[in-house]
Amino acid sequence: MTHTAGTFLFSLFFLCLASSVEYVESSQPASLAAEDISTNSNGPKQDSLFDDDPEDLFAEATEEVSLDSPERDVLLSDGPSPAITPITPPTSVITPLAKYTKCIFFPVIEEEEGGDSFDIHISVSDPEKVGEYMTSISLFKRNEFAVKRRFSDFLGLHSKLASKYLHIGYIVPPAPEKSIVGMTKVKVGKEDQSSNEFVEKRRSALERYLMRTVKHPILLKDPDVLQFLESSELPRAVSTQALSSAGLLRMVNKAADAVNKMTIKMNESDAWFEEKQQHFENLDVQLRKLHTSVESLVCHRKELSVNTAQFAKSAAMLGNSEDHTALSRALSQLAEVEEKIDQLHQDQANADFYLFSELLGDYVRLLTAVKGVFDHRMKTWQKWQDSQMLLQKKREAEAKLQFTNKPDKLQQAKDEIKELEGKVQQGERDFEQISKTIRKEVSRFEKERVKDFKTIIIKYLESLVQTQQQLIKYWEAFLPEAKAIS
Amino acid sequence: MMEEVKETASVLSVHDDSIKVTEVLKDGDTLTFIIVSQKLSGTGEYHVDRTYEDFEWLQQHLFSQGDVPGIQGVIFPPLPAKPQVNASPRSIKQLGFLALGECQPYCKALETFLQQVAAHSILSKNKAVEVFLTSSDPPGRQKVKKNIFNRLSQAVEEMRKEGHKDVDEFFQNERDHNLVLTGCTKTAAEKFLDVVATEQKIAVACGHFSTALHLCVEPGEDPDKQAFSRVCVKLSEVFESIKKNMTSVAENNVNTLGLGLDLESRYQEAEREMLFRRTCKLVELENAQRNVEKAKPVKKAAMEEVKKAAETEFEHTSGVAKQEVKSTINNCIPHFHVSFHSGLVC
Repeated sequence: MTHTAGTFLFSLFFLCLASSVEYVESSQPASLAAEDISTNSNGPKQDSLFDDDPEDLFAEATEEVSLDSPERDVLLSDGPSPAITPITPPTSVITPLAKYTKCIFFPVIEEEEGGDSFDIHISVSDPEKVGEYMTSISLFKRNEFAVKRRFSDFLGLHSKLASKYLHIGYIVPPAPEKSIVGMTKVKVGKEDQSSNEFVEKRRSALERYLMRTVKHPILLKDPDVLQFLESSELPRAVSTQALSSAGLLRMVNKAADAVNKMTIKMNESDAWFEEKQQHFENLDVQLRKLHTSVESLVCHRKELSVNTAQFAKSAAMLGNSEDHTALSRALSQLAEVEEKIDQLHQDQANADFYLFSELLGDYVRLLTAVKGVFDHRMKTWQKWQDSQMLLQKKREAEAKLQFTNKPDKLQQAKDEIKELEGKVQQGERDFEQISKTIRKEVSRFEKERVKDFKTIIIKYLESLVQTQQQLIKYWEAFLPEAKAIS
Repeated sequence: MMEEVKETASVLSVHDDSIKVTEVLKDGDTLTFIIVSQKLSGTGEYHVDRTYEDFEWLQQHLFSQGDVPGIQGVIFPPLPAKPQVNASPRSIKQLGFLALGECQPYCKALETFLQQVAAHSILSKNKAVEVFLTSSDPPGRQKVKKNIFNRLSQAVEEMRKEGHKDVDEFFQNERDHNLVLTGCTKTAAEKFLDVVATEQKIAVACGHFSTALHLCVEPGEDPDKQAFSRVCVKLSEVFESIKKNMTSVAENNVNTLGLGLDLESRYQEAEREMLFRRTCKLVELENAQRNVEKAKPVKKAAMEEVKKAAETEFEHTSGVAKQEVKSTINNCIPHFHVSFHSGLVC
């Protein structure tokens, strides 16, 4: 079976760590727990109270050979020392877990060597990526699922979630964007640096997207999400063309919304919302600025790496042509050191990019979702007001009808009024609900934001320190050579 | 206004390694350099101020020593290109490393020029050097008549004569080697310039990032906001210090390896010019020899004279050249030594 549209097949593995899990048969609907689901700790809790039912736990849905890859982001920072375990051979039981408290998810893409041994193939020119996961927390039961997903599946998931939750006030993380240029390059089969970078960029973007989605306690329970994570075959998402035209549609809607905003003058009874909206506006501006700065920094660092490499080459040439042996040797050594430094710079640039720049980009996009949520609240309010006004009009009309002798029209009017009253009440309830939800969401978002930034910044600083230390080591090794010139 | 400088030999009255270009004064478009040198006898210093035109004057005088035997075999210490206050991109490219930094690399280059001139056994005997370094009045600006360097004609003849095979193996090797080395050094200098330029760009970008982070700081009692602001401030400080580090790294690079490469490259150019002059003399000699053989008896004597003159000149030139080449090797090593040493503080 071949897929006609060329995209990547992403294999997703995830590891579910449950500290308190209720295993529910797939026939029952997911139940909401009353207890607070903690989203603060990433690591497994020590006091696990789950059932011992190994049969139900292990399931996976892939037939791939897993390969080892060095460049894995281990997302469990405070668990016990992770050991690398290859995936177990397939067992056919698939039991969806209805509720997870923590779900650590590793969508990973990697060059696979198996070649054509798999049924699902995109097209010959596309590299098929095989996923692999790598971690285990030996103290806890593992639920491993491995599924293959295409990029359009991710987009499909997002659009489903957005349609279900955005309008009632939940902040749905936005999916990564399509990139025509990048995909074309890869489809053409260019094996160069930029297409590898593109693949890596997309992979990590999808990873982050899924992490954010499952961190959200409400979204985690959504059946669509569960299906996405677990079932081996996903019904083909709406064709990707439609999705991009959905993007166009979204833009048109946005324009319409902007016009509406100007006309909706909401009586903001709650100063909190106004303040928060202002706050998010500011944050948006700031983050965009930061994002541009980081991008330019990344660009320059890459340039530095290139220039250092060129200098290393020319220094080597100079060393070769120089007669004086000590000087010649020193120059050759210098060339080598510079080469190593160039690699360092390259790595640093990558760190800059993947840690920082992407994070900032993600948050800029998240903020648009946040703003969207606020807009929905306004729309809800508008709807409520509209139905109120309509009710008012109908009441006036009814009052008028009282004096005429048209009993059925009167009855009809009364019925309509009853209906409208119901609607008004519903509108009010909706508005209250969305306001409440937004409050909760915003506070959760802020907490997440601070945590996210802190983690990334710590990682980044560590990488900076490491780079500097390495630099020092290189130069110190070179010093005796330089001294030996005379 | 000084009178015509006498072309008599004289002994320089200052220590050659004590010559320093200490300051640069900017007055509108003109740059004035303050040169300090220690007296040989007794204590005391000479303080003189010179403009770039004065340097050129000195160089002209050195070039025009036509009567000094073998002068053509001298590798003339290179004078850096003219500095400009509001430099055009082309002149910046020409100056290379010397255009970076405040004025320090450029002053160092001028200093090296003067030190090399003063240390040179033949060149330091020229009175113009003494005048330049010690006279409180600016040396004259009049054009000197004889100039053995006509750069334009060199460019034209270069194509033909550059490849002329040498009679002496030592010199042929030296010429070939010099050609390769010049190319390599120039490339290395250019690439290093790129590296330094990029480092400066990174420093600027870090500065921007740091400022942008500062703007993220928000007042408020909300603990989340405060946490976020704290993080931003800390990170902003980190990037500020990264910026400072990068700036000093770039500066250091310029002042050490950059300068070294630049001096080296210009010195090799000067050597190349000297070798070329010698080659021209060789061609002259060979022409003279051919003329003697072809000459009719009437003219033969005259031709013999010409040939003899060419021969002597060539021998002198070669003699001096050989010495110069041998001493060059000792010249460039200290450069690199210093460059590498101090360059490792990044």
